[in-house]
Amino acid sequence: MSNPFLVQASTYAADIDNLIALVGVLVGFWFILVEGAFFWLIFKFKAKKGGRALYIDGTNKGHKKWVSIPHYLVLVCDILIIVAAVRVWVDVKQTLPEPDGVVKIMGQQWQWTFTHPGPDNVIETEDDIEVSDELRLEINKTYHYRLESRDVMHSFSVPVFRLKQDAVPGRTIVGWFTPTKTGTYDIQCAEMCGIGHGLMPARVIIETPQEHAAWVAKMSAPRVAQK
Amino acid sequence: MSHAEEQSFFHKYMWSTDHKMIGMQYLFTGMAMALIGGFMAYVFRMQLAFPNIAVPGFGQVSPGQYNALVTNHGSIMIFWVAMPVLIAAFGNYLIPLMIGADDMVFPRLNRLSYQIFLLSALVLIASFFVEGGAFGGAWTAYPPLSAKSQYSLTPLGATLWITAVALEFVAFLIGGINFVTTAMNARAPGMKMFDVPLVVWMIVIASIMFMASVGPLIAGAFMLIFDQTVGTGFFDPDKGGDPVLWQHLFWFFGHPEVYVVLLPACGIVAEIITVFSRKKMFGYKTVLYTTFATGILSFFVWAHHQFISGIDPRMANVFTVTTVLISVPIAEMMFVYIATLYGGQITLSVPMLWALAFIGEFLLGGVTGLFLGASGADIYFHDTYFVLAHFHYTFVPIAIIAVFAGLTYWFPKMFGRHMSEKLGKLHFWGTIIPFNMIFIPLFILGAAGQHRRIYSYEHFPELATPALQDLRVLATMSLVVMLSCQIIFLYNFFSSTTGGKKASRNPWKANTLEWTAESPPPHGNFPTLPSVYRGPYEYSVPGREEDYWPQDQPAETR
Repeated sequence: MSNPFLVQASTYAADIDNLIALVGVLVGFWFILVEGAFFWLIFKFKAKKGGRALYIDGTNKGHKKWVSIPHYLVLVCDILIIVAAVRVWVDVKQTLPEPDGVVKIMGQQWQWTFTHPGPDNVIETEDDIEVSDELRLEINKTYHYRLESRDVMHSFSVPVFRLKQDAVPGRTIVGWFTPTKTGTYDIQCAEMCGIGHGLMPARVIIETPQEHAAWVAKMSAPRVAQK
Repeated sequence: MSHAEEQSFFHKYMWSTDHKMIGMQYLFTGMAMALIGGFMAYVFRMQLAFPNIAVPGFGQVSPGQYNALVTNHGSIMIFWVAMPVLIAAFGNYLIPLMIGADDMVFPRLNRLSYQIFLLSALVLIASFFVEGGAFGGAWTAYPPLSAKSQYSLTPLGATLWITAVALEFVAFLIGGINFVTTAMNARAPGMKMFDVPLVVWMIVIASIMFMASVGPLIAGAFMLIFDQTVGTGFFDPDKGGDPVLWQHLFWFFGHPEVYVVLLPACGIVAEIITVFSRKKMFGYKTVLYTTFATGILSFFVWAHHQFISGIDPRMANVFTVTTVLISVPIAEMMFVYIATLYGGQITLSVPMLWALAFIGEFLLGGVTGLFLGASGADIYFHDTYFVLAHFHYTFVPIAIIAVFAGLTYWFPKMFGRHMSEKLGKLHFWGTIIPFNMIFIPLFILGAAGQHRRIYSYEHFPELATPALQDLRVLATMSLVVMLSCQIIFLYNFFSSTTGGKKASRNPWKANTLEWTAESPPPHGNFPTLPSVYRGPYEYSVPGREEDYWPQDQPAETR
């Protein structure tokens, strides 16, 4: 299943969409069943002239099962949801696959700053490329991100990756993603961060290896020349 | 005690210790705040549907004002509408009447509770008129944004906001002590614990939950006030503090709080569906046990609000389990309510329509919560409009639909007159249909990745599409329709207090004790205090001519 509104542009986007679809099927089934029974009862037992209601206190076994059987079935569905949710969670948030590159992401009021490794492909060296509001990634490469905030809480959200992570001042939060589709997509800030919260748009640009190498070379050239 | 002497206007309406008057004070204050909160929703929805136009009745909405409106809409609807109306208004009005007492056990404490509550509301409103304007850091007030004025740019607004919230907590702590003590000690002779009507049980359990959960947040509120005003660093990482600590304190309260307001609403609905289907509650004790289970479990789910907030990701697994499992007792409670309809004689009167609508709409709010409790799916849905639509599908049934159910049901008791059924039905459909048309589009927008609290989506190409904008316009127009329909209710309510058809003591033929008092009950409630002989839901008992059997009627009359 895919989201009709948004492309899947990371390795785990499909996993998250599938989890959402699984939850959707299970709760959709219950929702339709219960609403169906609910409306049927309302129409079936509309008051009639001279009619008298049944006296049922719901304590004998024959009556109890109408609540206890659904009770256990809900429990079974819950366990399915928990297992599926935790599997996706562990993959996205708890494991860190070996990276091909590292990017630093800094949130501040009201701007994102992305630090890309330069030609040496190592972060926090002289040749880093720092850009505002534009994250450049190479397709099918696994990245670690190091997420920080300079002032208040922000949240780094890339809907096409199905990824979201709060940035907490005073901490560096490490996570990962692997882009799988070239193109330019939205990055949003998902945590209220002050007056400019609605004005923190950024873009993620996913490129082919050639395009990316060309961009790195272009961004590095003037600085190398200066030395 | 003599209740007969005439009281001055001031003593009767402003300084009363009568539980019914205090209930009314809470009710009308809550209704006034609901109008303010509703107006705020209108203003920011207009900005979202028609960006940067001058909103009729408000004017141009700046980003700072937008944030302040969103923040205070949330705060008001939870703390100054849902809490005072569901817990305090219904609790104060109903508990003594339904357990057969002449008043609360601490009437003067009760008066103090309302006065502090009123003060808190005034402090909150005042925050809109100070320099820098009202606080705009979301109703969750995450520091460092809320803690430092150079970040929030609302130096006074932020402090007034948190002060108002802290005062409101004090008011409800005092009220809660009163509710619990009254229900424990002042029950009519013969009324055993399992003869107590469910709505009283639910308000008492909600009060206990409130008292057990609010302590950490009151401490947190003071820490935040100190961070704001005297430069402490509880939540400031530069001074060794931790901003995530606030989130734990806030949500440790914040999630039980959801159930604090849910339970009284469920109680109101239980009273109404039994009366209007002439049925005994299907498994009275099952309802109570599911309530206990929900109440206890709700203390262990708070971090599902923080899955992606930087907590240790392993912790999310624990909270996913507890969060998803809380669906079991709540689903069971809904099953029991629905099962109660079986074999009934259902009259679709106005209160019953609202009560049934609560069940029908709350189900959607409940099932959509599973998408968010499932940690893996929450990575995507967190802080989107999907969350917003989900909790409005729970809170609107709680704070609007169940409140209308309760008001239309107890109106004849409160004012001794009937509301118009015709206007009531018009108002019902005029609220329920637009309600769904507001929030179903918002579910879709959330699924499309639209985040909350953003005053204009024009800077986000994926969200600035005409199709999504149409959904925003649909939601806003539906809101305008829904808000306009509340005029019908206000007219019906206030004109019926003096011009409605006179109501008898027990117009719905209900069993619980409040219906044995006069309509409206005088100061002191009952001419002689009633005794109780049976549970509250003995409807359609075989072998009896009447299909109801009031709790205070001795068994010999059989």
